[in-house]
Amino acid sequence: MKFVAVTSCPTGIAHTYMAAEALEQAGKAAGHDVQVETQGSAGTIALDPAVIAAADGVIFAADLEVKDKERFAGKPTIDVGVKKAVHDAKGVLAQAIAAVEAGVVAPAGPTAAAGAASGGLSTKVDKNAGVGTRVRQWLMTGISYMIPFVAAGGILIALAFMLANLAWDVDGPIKVTQVTAEQLINSFSVTSGQDWAALLNLTGGAAFGFLVPVLAGFIAYAIADRPGLVPGFVGGAIAVTVGAGFLGGLAAGFVGGFLALWISRWKVPRGVRGIMPVVVIPLVSTFITGLLMFVVLGRPIAALMDGLTDWLNSLSGGSTILLGVLLGAMMGFDLGGPVNKVAYTFAVTGLATEGLASDATQYRVMAAVMAAGMVAPLAMALATVVRKSLFTHAERENGKAAWLLGASFISEGAIPFAVVDPLRVLASTIVGSAVTGGLVMAFDSTLRAPHGGIWVLPLIGNPILFVLAVIIGTVVCAAIVIVLKSLGTNSVVAAEQAADALAESQETTGVTAPASA
Amino acid sequence: MSTSSPAALITPELVALDLVAADRDEATRHLIDLLAAAGRVTDADGFHADVRAREAQMATGMPGGIGLPHARSEHVTVPSLALARVPAGVDFGAPDGPATLIFLIAAPAGGDSDHLKILAALARRLVHESFRDSLRAAPDAATIAEIVTREVAPS
Repeated sequence: MKFVAVTSCPTGIAHTYMAAEALEQAGKAAGHDVQVETQGSAGTIALDPAVIAAADGVIFAADLEVKDKERFAGKPTIDVGVKKAVHDAKGVLAQAIAAVEAGVVAPAGPTAAAGAASGGLSTKVDKNAGVGTRVRQWLMTGISYMIPFVAAGGILIALAFMLANLAWDVDGPIKVTQVTAEQLINSFSVTSGQDWAALLNLTGGAAFGFLVPVLAGFIAYAIADRPGLVPGFVGGAIAVTVGAGFLGGLAAGFVGGFLALWISRWKVPRGVRGIMPVVVIPLVSTFITGLLMFVVLGRPIAALMDGLTDWLNSLSGGSTILLGVLLGAMMGFDLGGPVNKVAYTFAVTGLATEGLASDATQYRVMAAVMAAGMVAPLAMALATVVRKSLFTHAERENGKAAWLLGASFISEGAIPFAVVDPLRVLASTIVGSAVTGGLVMAFDSTLRAPHGGIWVLPLIGNPILFVLAVIIGTVVCAAIVIVLKSLGTNSVVAAEQAADALAESQETTGVTAPASA
Repeated sequence: MSTSSPAALITPELVALDLVAADRDEATRHLIDLLAAAGRVTDADGFHADVRAREAQMATGMPGGIGLPHARSEHVTVPSLALARVPAGVDFGAPDGPATLIFLIAAPAGGDSDHLKILAALARRLVHESFRDSLRAAPDAATIAEIVTREVAPS
């Protein structure tokens, strides 16, 4: 394998160079190419960009902030102190090899976020992996940046619902979403619980607005590095505009990423080369992505949604249980995407009908839709607890937030799971949500609020049976996803586990340098 | 390659062959006194304080029985290396045991890059067991100074 490394130490005289030499020698001994940039006091000779580009992995054995860290973005990276490289260069090299093989930045989940905070964005991409693994790594990169948005936005919205219950009365979760940003800006009062609830809701909503763009942006980034960011983000934002949901975001990420990658490989005259990354690549790739998203994707999605809505309306006279099953399946189908939205809009539109009886079908439809929409995140949360070993670190972390998101009817909590493994996860959420949708109809539960999850329990008719229906669907969904995931191996999960095991064994063996006489 | 010839990094006067020292501070002080006597350090106490400060940041015990106290300091006039062999060993905080070869690197605060490159080359050589062994086996101070000078010559 080929590695590039950066060494540095406080004085820049001793450790920097000893670590460099030790890493180079350890590489030589093990048959790997290690090229080191010493960021010490004798002046730094920057690594040739071609060498960095050719490297499989990056070793930071640096006690100072690595200069121009972004040069190394997009490669499996380990970050150890300079001392570790001096005393155990062999171990550091082994760790770096494991990181490359695993295709992950580090065994711990939060590292991606930490890397971003210190200025260098990280990806989980191993350029030598097979196509399937790389696709999964691109998706993982997108997810790892999206998860904090899901958690922050979802929890803020859930808190808004909770507070709204106290600040208004039982229909607080409805009223809180009716407060507009303008009203809040003009009349925010520190002593008003209602204002705080509205603030939480609007902030959470703003964070949620980024879900799909961040997902798409960082998938494109993983594919094409920096040039992918603009087409990815913009394509993701357009996916939101045309109502394409996270599946549209996935499409935008791949389209934007590959366009940027393709354009960045154009042979261009020297004069143009300088403006390629700043002007040409973002301009051209973003325009083409926008064209595809609006024209090629937008129209069929609009047609699909119209068709589904007509179809649902035509079913309204028939079996309510069948309608509940269908609506449930639609809620679980794409978790906030067009199909989900049709089912949800169908239910909410029904609520607006004038003069409904308290047990009107419209209220039962709303109950079925909300219950079904709660299943996917709850089931994923349950599955990560029951069968930890089937999920990545990031997924397990996300599972913790998914409990609250599911309980609050925020289906998006399940998106991070669906993105990495759409077939298995969506198959389970469709079935689980359909079960719950049908059960709610059978139980004659009703709901007069368009959202709110368990926070609008007082507005639910037959609340105990409603909750029972959610629990049954959740268990069914979790069981299906566990069975489906057990059938195949997930290369990312397997790699993470290997990296974990290695990190653990290294911690226990300690330093092995020979003692001198 | 380099045509400039900076003052020798090390001379036989800067080598202590059979040093006995109770701890790393005493060993370091002995080497500082050698540098001061050679006129390479203007203020032994001031430089010692700088070395201590560096040592406090991170111990400089290296694998293979090496102690590598060092500092860049305004009290240093010429980039210099003082070297001691301590047969009984003295702890420099290395995980693999006490140091029997101690290198004190003294770099001027504003050292030019030729000098610093030589120090970098020295640090790189220390990683090699053959280099350390040759210093341990050398019969006298002059040989040690010669080995170091030869090995760290800019190539």
